Amino acid sequence: MSISLRKAVVIGASAGGVEALSSLLPHLPPDYCPVLVVIHLPPTKSSVLADLFHDKCRMRVVEAEDKAPIEAGTIYFAPPDYHLMVETDFTVALSNEAPVWFSRPSIDVLFETAADAYGAGLTGLILTGANEDGAAGLRRVMAQGGRGLIQSPETAYARLMPETALFLCPKALVRPLDRLAAELITEAA
Amino acid sequence: MHNKIEDIEIRLFLEAIYLKYHYDFRGYAMASIKRRLLQARDQFGCRSISMLQDMVLHDEDMLAALMSYLTVQVSELFRDPAYFRAIREKVVPHLKTYPSLKVWIAGCSTGEELYSFAILFREEGLEERTLFYATDINQESLRKAEAGVYDLDRMRLFTENHRLSGGKTSLSDYYTAAYGAATFDKSLRKHVVFSDHSLVTDAVFAETQFVSCRNVLIYFNRDLQNRAVALFAESLSRKGFLGLGAKETLRFTDHHDKFDEFAREERLYQKREAA
Repeated sequence: MSISLRKAVVIGASAGGVEALSSLLPHLPPDYCPVLVVIHLPPTKSSVLADLFHDKCRMRVVEAEDKAPIEAGTIYFAPPDYHLMVETDFTVALSNEAPVWFSRPSIDVLFETAADAYGAGLTGLILTGANEDGAAGLRRVMAQGGRGLIQSPETAYARLMPETALFLCPKALVRPLDRLAAELITEAA
Repeated sequence: MHNKIEDIEIRLFLEAIYLKYHYDFRGYAMASIKRRLLQARDQFGCRSISMLQDMVLHDEDMLAALMSYLTVQVSELFRDPAYFRAIREKVVPHLKTYPSLKVWIAGCSTGEELYSFAILFREEGLEERTLFYATDINQESLRKAEAGVYDLDRMRLFTENHRLSGGKTSLSDYYTAAYGAATFDKSLRKHVVFSDHSLVTDAVFAETQFVSCRNVLIYFNRDLQNRAVALFAESLSRKGFLGLGAKETLRFTDHHDKFDEFAREERLYQKREAA
């Protein structure tokens, strides 16, 4: 239907997520499609994630700002205490509305809105976590024709999040942590 | 396809609310309002947004309940203490040079931001010369703002925020606690005008020296953001101050060249001389 499908990757992580992302994000090439990341952290209100990954990654790493156009070659982290959303014109939207699964930012919120915007061009990836956030979002990604990817629970620091996602999305691809980067690069970019 | 129908229904719904009740949400940022309307749909036991539209068109009492979905009321006293600390340390010295001040809390929700300003201005000796305008479109929120009653269990957070903002007094000086509620002293409202005002449809009503509008613009699309920021630029006197939410920026609006970054991290802007 559309001439050029816009592509993007959304990633959700909770407990153990910083370590998992550290072994994943640095492998992505500088011209890779946009990557949007929600990781649950206590709302300390200081934004450390973008700084933390800035030096490790070949892609540009930023904290998402409201209304910013979503660009290739860039990793967007949700700011603490805000939901990160995608508008259908491929811009960032932030929101203060109620936490989902006790989380703000919430993975479900990012995945659901990104699925609306990118449809079949979207890959959703659920990483380690001790929370049920993200499973419904991943189901929505796949219902919109996007690709679902889950870190194998055996390689996860906390199994609950990938297991819940797998329960709701049995057709998602399950890969060990050290194979996820290769999977992302071959299929999505 | 399911999605597309929902998008059509949401547009029609917002149009219906506008035509019937004159609340204009048509330029709100879609991703967020869509989520909240789908929540409302489920909450009211409707199969579709169209069904919800039918209900709200024919039952005026439903509007008040729906307003809590259409608008987002999340706030704290001295939320983002660094913002208030920057106001205290960097903006107040400027404000002290004015014989009288008008401060506009735009989108005041349930009043937390207003009381933060009122307390800070009292601590800094500015309260007596200041008139605060606290505006919102949500009548229920305005009523709560005017009442100034909050759950007592929120006071620990508020007290910590106040301390981190450089508070010079004890927050407990400003409220009385009883039956699980904290009621803020009515003297804090002596210099306050509460008013129903829409950044979407209403015009500027006063010249102000400070506009604080935090975490309101994120719910607007770009056109609406442009309209709101134009109102602030028009209302602010020369070298007046504009404060935004911690993750909001003027960068993506048409009016960024009317303001200088005054305190970048704390999202405080100052209107340019010749703007």
